[in-house]
Amino acid sequence: MTDTLVPDSTAEVQAAIGYERPETLSWDSRLRRSVTIYIPLALFVLILLFPFYWMAITAIKPDYEMYDYKTYNPFWVHSPTLHNIDVLLFQTNYPRWLMITMGIAVASTFLSVGASVLCAYAIERLRFRGAQHVGLAIYLAYLVPPSILFIPLATLIYQFGLFDNPVSLILTYPTFLVPFCTWLLIGYFKSIPYELEECALIDGASRLQILRRITLPLAVPGLISAGIFAFTLSWNEFIYALAFIQSTDKKTVPVAILTELVTGDVYQWGALMAGSLLGSVPVALIYSFFVEYYVSSMTGAVKE
Amino acid sequence: MGTTTADVGLQRLTFTRQPDSALTRLFNYKPFLVFLCMLPTIGLLIVFLTYPLGLGLWLSMTDATIGQPGEYIGLENFIYLMEDPIFWMSVTNTIFYTTVATVGKFALGLWLALLLNHHIPFKAFIRAIVLLPWIVPTVLSSIAWWWIYSPQFSIISFVVVDVLHLRDTYINFLGTPWPARWSLIVANIWRGIPFVAITLLAGLQTISPSLYEAALLDGASGWQKFRRITVPLLMPILAVALTLSVLFTFSDFQLVYAITRGGPFNTTHLMATLAFQRAIPGAQLGEGAAIAVSMIPFLIGATLLCFFGVGRRKWQQGEAND
Repeated sequence: MTDTLVPDSTAEVQAAIGYERPETLSWDSRLRRSVTIYIPLALFVLILLFPFYWMAITAIKPDYEMYDYKTYNPFWVHSPTLHNIDVLLFQTNYPRWLMITMGIAVASTFLSVGASVLCAYAIERLRFRGAQHVGLAIYLAYLVPPSILFIPLATLIYQFGLFDNPVSLILTYPTFLVPFCTWLLIGYFKSIPYELEECALIDGASRLQILRRITLPLAVPGLISAGIFAFTLSWNEFIYALAFIQSTDKKTVPVAILTELVTGDVYQWGALMAGSLLGSVPVALIYSFFVEYYVSSMTGAVKE
Repeated sequence: MGTTTADVGLQRLTFTRQPDSALTRLFNYKPFLVFLCMLPTIGLLIVFLTYPLGLGLWLSMTDATIGQPGEYIGLENFIYLMEDPIFWMSVTNTIFYTTVATVGKFALGLWLALLLNHHIPFKAFIRAIVLLPWIVPTVLSSIAWWWIYSPQFSIISFVVVDVLHLRDTYINFLGTPWPARWSLIVANIWRGIPFVAITLLAGLQTISPSLYEAALLDGASGWQKFRRITVPLLMPILAVALTLSVLFTFSDFQLVYAITRGGPFNTTHLMATLAFQRAIPGAQLGEGAAIAVSMIPFLIGATLLCFFGVGRRKWQQGEAND
């Protein structure tokens, strides 16, 4: 190679591979960097966050501000009020919907993670014949979308006498939670050295003792990932909750907001936004504590 | 119990060997243990997934309504749907929606991933913020989009008309078919970008910098490096992300149901929302099931296309064919 490098492309390369030598940080490259990186990035963040800002600011606006953009700058709130939240909490069933959703999400999460741990352990560690095929079948189960299952499931739920009963949701959510958690946990179990279990086996531990005292304690981060993910997915679930639950006081938050707060032709935007905001808070809170787990489980599930 | 010296030694360890009762032996008997471990998962999946899939096929060939089991009527539901323009519109809508939204999500998501792969301040924080649209329940963020698309109080219209003076009238986002379809696609892309960006970012971070250094020494241009190093090495993870994304966009229900409910005049129905519309409020379970069943060939086709077309991926458990 006798070609000499064009200075421009050098800077680009260094930017691309993340190396910056101080001497290449001329004004030109700094300007280029801000145009090619920081401005697009800022736009992305702005657009991805704007709906939440809009949701939050609408939730605390009084009605006269909400519907009058000429007098009041719509991007700001001039006299914030808790009226919408007050209406939501004390004049609707909202607290009850929150409790119902929480109960369903927690129960189906425990059910799914429990089932997945056993299943993943059997597939990854007990190594029975055909384990790979079972693993593949469970992965395929993850690819079956709820929107082709809800009609037959609704008739099934009806036959079981569980129609309009939150238990129906606790039992059906695992259909999409278990495959995901199992997959995540298989990847996790794989990262735990097999030798540890062999040692325990030689020391005379039974299989269940190994699972309880060795594998599970080491897999705690994986369990947390699976748990918070399952919780988020069940909190977000919509179509089953819409199809299987009918009574007002048994609905989950997403369904209730859409079916109970949207009444007639005049939409109560303030209450709707307050409801959406409060309904997002539990997942957002959990998310903020476990960001790394989310990222690792999300990418792990795809990468593994 | 033949206690050997070795056994006596083991007594001091954490795991004390208990007398081998029948139960202990049963729990150490591998086939039984496998059966026990698989039972909850397999049981749940067979009762609530495999059986309903079959039941769905059966229902699609009956005239079942809510409260009536229905009788076998062969392919009548499908023949009826063949002549139903609303069904065909939902099919083309779904294909259009999936194609455009997926292209948009992956183009913008890849761009965002490349941006986040640079050394930037507050990277972890930005990455956490960027994931928010994906974490928040779809229906709830869709309601926010519904409000953004409001005919009278849309903030987009306000900016376009009253701040930038690009138009004279407020945009009727959801009142006419094409604007409504595009509005749904934009909301879907918005929700899908984080997933694509974060998974692709994870893929980008596994690419060794030494490859780029080698390319640099060989005088490769920025585009060549992207085309010859980044893209091929990103392919496996891209294929999986694409498969999942196409699958879930195709079977999307929440977003459309929350924003337009299939309106105006049934022009924005996806197959999933139409199936719901006919089956639950319309009480025609058989017909709804037929619509849901007609999604299956598309889903299988799309999955195979993404999975094998974009990049053959080694199956996770397949250490053997690694």
